Amino acid sequence: MNEVNVSMKINGKTVTGSVESRVLLAHFIREQGGLTGTHVGCDSSSCGVCTVLLDGYTPVKSCTMYAVMADGHEITTVESLAVGGKLHPMQQAFWDQHGLQCGYCTPGMMLSSIALLKQNPNPTEHEIREGLSGNLCRCTGYNNIVKAVQQAAQVMNQPELAAAADD
Amino acid sequence: MFPASFEYVRAHSSDEAFAHLQQHGSDARVLAGGQSLIPAMRYRLARPAVLVDINPIKEFSYLREENGFLVIGATTRDAQLEFAPFIKDRYSLITAVSAVVADPIVRHMGTVVGSICHNDPAGDWTATALAMRAVMVVRGPNGTRQVPIDQFLVDSYTTAVNEGEMALEVRIPIPDAHTQGSYQKIERKVGDYATCAAAVQLAMNADGTIRQAGIAITASGPIAMRVAAAESMLVGQRPTLELLKAAAAEAPKIASPNADQRGSSEYKKDMTRVLVGRGLKQALERLGVTA
Repeated sequence: MNEVNVSMKINGKTVTGSVESRVLLAHFIREQGGLTGTHVGCDSSSCGVCTVLLDGYTPVKSCTMYAVMADGHEITTVESLAVGGKLHPMQQAFWDQHGLQCGYCTPGMMLSSIALLKQNPNPTEHEIREGLSGNLCRCTGYNNIVKAVQQAAQVMNQPELAAAADD
Repeated sequence: MFPASFEYVRAHSSDEAFAHLQQHGSDARVLAGGQSLIPAMRYRLARPAVLVDINPIKEFSYLREENGFLVIGATTRDAQLEFAPFIKDRYSLITAVSAVVADPIVRHMGTVVGSICHNDPAGDWTATALAMRAVMVVRGPNGTRQVPIDQFLVDSYTTAVNEGEMALEVRIPIPDAHTQGSYQKIERKVGDYATCAAAVQLAMNADGTIRQAGIAITASGPIAMRVAAAESMLVGQRPTLELLKAAAAEAPKIASPNADQRGSSEYKKDMTRVLVGRGLKQALERLGVTA
């Protein structure tokens, strides 16, 4: 058995485990981290549902990375988005714009969208579609996902909008 | 599917990685971005006994211009090229290709050097390296050596990197102000293998003749291939539509694409002609030259 000790911060919390070197990051997050919001879809690096953020805002497909490669790194998953029961502006936007139906692609879709807005805070519709082209959705037809990212971009650029919505 | 079991070793320096590779020989593979290798391992198409992870080697991640070359390190990600402003300003072929390699998420992990070393028959970076006349730097037991890309790409998934060696960087001649390129790719969907693609770069003389032409096609045979006959037809000539057409017609002569769900062999062959033609036209447009 090629076991390795792996330790990483997932959503700010240290998760350690002795796992086989062939264990993929997605499975480490789900099984060692107990965080099942990171889904596994195509299992072949195509669909993007397993997307998580590495060391800040770098989106990576956690099914195409060995857990041991993330040793000593920081991972952000969908579970970290809502704080104290309050949805992240991206989650709120997906809710408001009906950016999901079955919801299976949604964690990866939202994390990719957050990474996209970090790189480009005011994307055009075309840039959103291009930026999310590594994430597949088989329900929505993408239009409402694009609208959700547009709403989130607006809110995240003007936090007072989010505050006003709470009143 | 899970990959076969393997021993994982982490390298923190070039020397350490090299020592591991020397020790394990043909059992070992270099793990860079892993975006081709890991899926291949998951399908059990690759079963290396040892993976030498070079990602922790900080000095392998660079993208800089020196001595007339753009130099790309062994762990430099595709996305670093895609988002570097100086690339966008002056490297039209690299700008075009870096937006269509795999998908945006894969480009955050995938590396240029790794992709060239993988030498997939449908590789985008291999075709680009041919069109730009890149040189690979390989570390071997007798020190480092430079290998022109034409000699580096040996056969499908096979390069001039021998057992126990590793590629350190790719060096691409910096295009001057009279050089432009184009990347033309047909794919069924983002992230799929190309149905066919062509990389083109043209450099002009002050008198309006073509100084240098780089033309390569990919997903059209066992490896990306230089269309040498088209290049020599163009060099020294003034571009005319007839000349471009004749040059593009050279591409299908060397293409040997496999028929698959993306199209018949005849269709793909003809697409090499179409895409080389489009690439030449777009490169000339970018140069402000009317054919």
